[in-house]
Amino acid sequence: MTNPPAAWIRSIGLIGPGMSDWPACAAILLGKAEWQPEKTVLNAPEQLPPAERRRAVRVVKLALGIGLQATTAAGVDPSGFATVFSSSGGDGVNCHQICETLASDDRQISPTRFHNSVHNAAAGYWGIATGATAASAVLCAYDASFGAGLLEALAQVQVERAPCLLLAYDADYPEPLRAARPIPDAFGVALLLTPEREAESCGRIAASLTDAPADTLPDSALDTLRCAIPAARSLPLLGAIAGRRAGRIVLDYLDHVRLAVDYAA
Amino acid sequence: MHPLLISAYTATSCLGHGLAPLREAMLAGRSGLKPCDFETVSLQTWTGEVEGTDDDRLPAALARFDCRNNRLAQLGLVQDGFADSVRTAMSRYGADRVGVFLGTSTSGILETELAYRRRAADTGALPADFNYAGTHNTFSLADFVLHWFGLKGPAVVVSSACSSSAKVFASAARMIASGLIDAALVGGVDSLCLTTLYGFNSLELTSSQACRPFDRARDGISIGEGAAFALVERTAVPLPPDAILLLGYGESSDAYHMSSPHPEGRGARQAMDAALARAGLTARDIDYINLHGTATPSNDAAEGKAVTGLFGDATPCSSTKGATGHTLGAAGGVEAVIAALAIRDGFIPAGAGTTDPEAGLDYVLATRHQTVRRVLSNSFGFGGTNCSLILGCPA
Repeated sequence: MTNPPAAWIRSIGLIGPGMSDWPACAAILLGKAEWQPEKTVLNAPEQLPPAERRRAVRVVKLALGIGLQATTAAGVDPSGFATVFSSSGGDGVNCHQICETLASDDRQISPTRFHNSVHNAAAGYWGIATGATAASAVLCAYDASFGAGLLEALAQVQVERAPCLLLAYDADYPEPLRAARPIPDAFGVALLLTPEREAESCGRIAASLTDAPADTLPDSALDTLRCAIPAARSLPLLGAIAGRRAGRIVLDYLDHVRLAVDYAA
Repeated sequence: MHPLLISAYTATSCLGHGLAPLREAMLAGRSGLKPCDFETVSLQTWTGEVEGTDDDRLPAALARFDCRNNRLAQLGLVQDGFADSVRTAMSRYGADRVGVFLGTSTSGILETELAYRRRAADTGALPADFNYAGTHNTFSLADFVLHWFGLKGPAVVVSSACSSSAKVFASAARMIASGLIDAALVGGVDSLCLTTLYGFNSLELTSSQACRPFDRARDGISIGEGAAFALVERTAVPLPPDAILLLGYGESSDAYHMSSPHPEGRGARQAMDAALARAGLTARDIDYINLHGTATPSNDAAEGKAVTGLFGDATPCSSTKGATGHTLGAAGGVEAVIAALAIRDGFIPAGAGTTDPEAGLDYVLATRHQTVRRVLSNSFGFGGTNCSLILGCPA
């Protein structure tokens, strides 16, 4: 057995309910600011051409928002990185509109809705916005999507010996799908991972599989958020990073196995 | 990269269940496409439908996964002794050391499309028997396969449109190289649904007849469905002489447009270059190119430019989508299996449906019987996502 896949964390981007960016989230996780769970605010980034800005659906705004936060925080050109996009579902509003049209007497769906329905829509818009031509892995593992994305990104960094930008994000469905998939709001986190330590790295993580139970958050409202949105399963790790607390964090992953993340501050 | 052993493989498509009818159709240049009569769909288009998909029943304990896509997955898994090979790998390595990496674009969304016809008149609610996680969700396919075998390792669905089940080979190769797993069940399953039939129709990308990849008169795709699986492992020493190996993979993004390829095939070229570099090969080492070849005017033009730029006109190539239809998220897997068959049995498959190919390529119109040592297989998708695989036999 070789060493578990590992990487250095160069920077973080984050958007969620009542959390406009990573510094705001870090302050909440450290207990330095009170969490006001207001509805997640999403904007289409200026890097998109006007046509794509108009067509961008919620998950696209979310994914591009967190990714650009991470690359801006690191002061790097976003076009230079391989990416891993991991999401538990596509854009809920777009999906609902297509299903509604297909169940009606006129089944002609709009071309834009169709191309926005692919799970890799956010990855496609990311390429158009940033000019990134490197590989992009686009994943789904339902509630395990953050863990699956982290494993893929760490394996990429370890095997390719190149930086990788992980973007994990989820947005809510409208009714009637919301009753079947009750994700309450949009939440996304981006981690820019590098194979070597850089001057401003905020620690190193290594991941392996474990049978241990997942860590919870001491604040019950935040722990409810962790359980409600798949990408927010990252919060115990983000809490450790915010406080530079070295140690083992166990994250929710698949039903039969969790992810042990060893964090060295 | 260190080559990986593809120790078992199978594919089910409109050509039939398992490898035998696929091989027979490839040798004969036969197509499995027919005018679309799927569900209540009323479109002037052709489809590649898998016979018997809805006759398959899932085990009672897995009833929550019941949908056309997972029925097709099960139908595919039981062909050619594939499931037994997976069980052998589970006992050799441990159920937690075998990962699941599967591609799909639409998973079981057909269930949601049908459920939307049965919404409550007063509340608009979906029917109580609708199961989102087991059917519609993109991960449902890998979750179903994981539970069908009782696997305990990492599992994920790659969903990057029509490159999905080529890219699973890359993800699996990295995970094996990282040491987290010893073997991986890879592949892809996509099934007919209204979203793709009406969606591609809305983009005017479907043909009104059987698709004609790389033909000068091509006018669009024929949507198919399929289930393809492969078992990928670290290479054994010594390698059996008839081993099929994954020699390389290359991935890229167009960064150009959501539903049109880069007109010069920039991303396609980048993916093929990367696959050759990773395999330590040059263009002249490739005996056959299985083209993405969807049969839309712009896709084939862009891919043709990229292939000509890298290979010239000397490397035999064809698209097998005229036989199978475009199986979307399963296409990379189906075509990797066709590549394996071409190497195993020594043939270059004819591009069914095409009669007047574009100039500038050695486009194969009649199946050739010859030794095939290395195949490059292209899979490109919406959003500008590209993946090329190289399969081969031991040097």
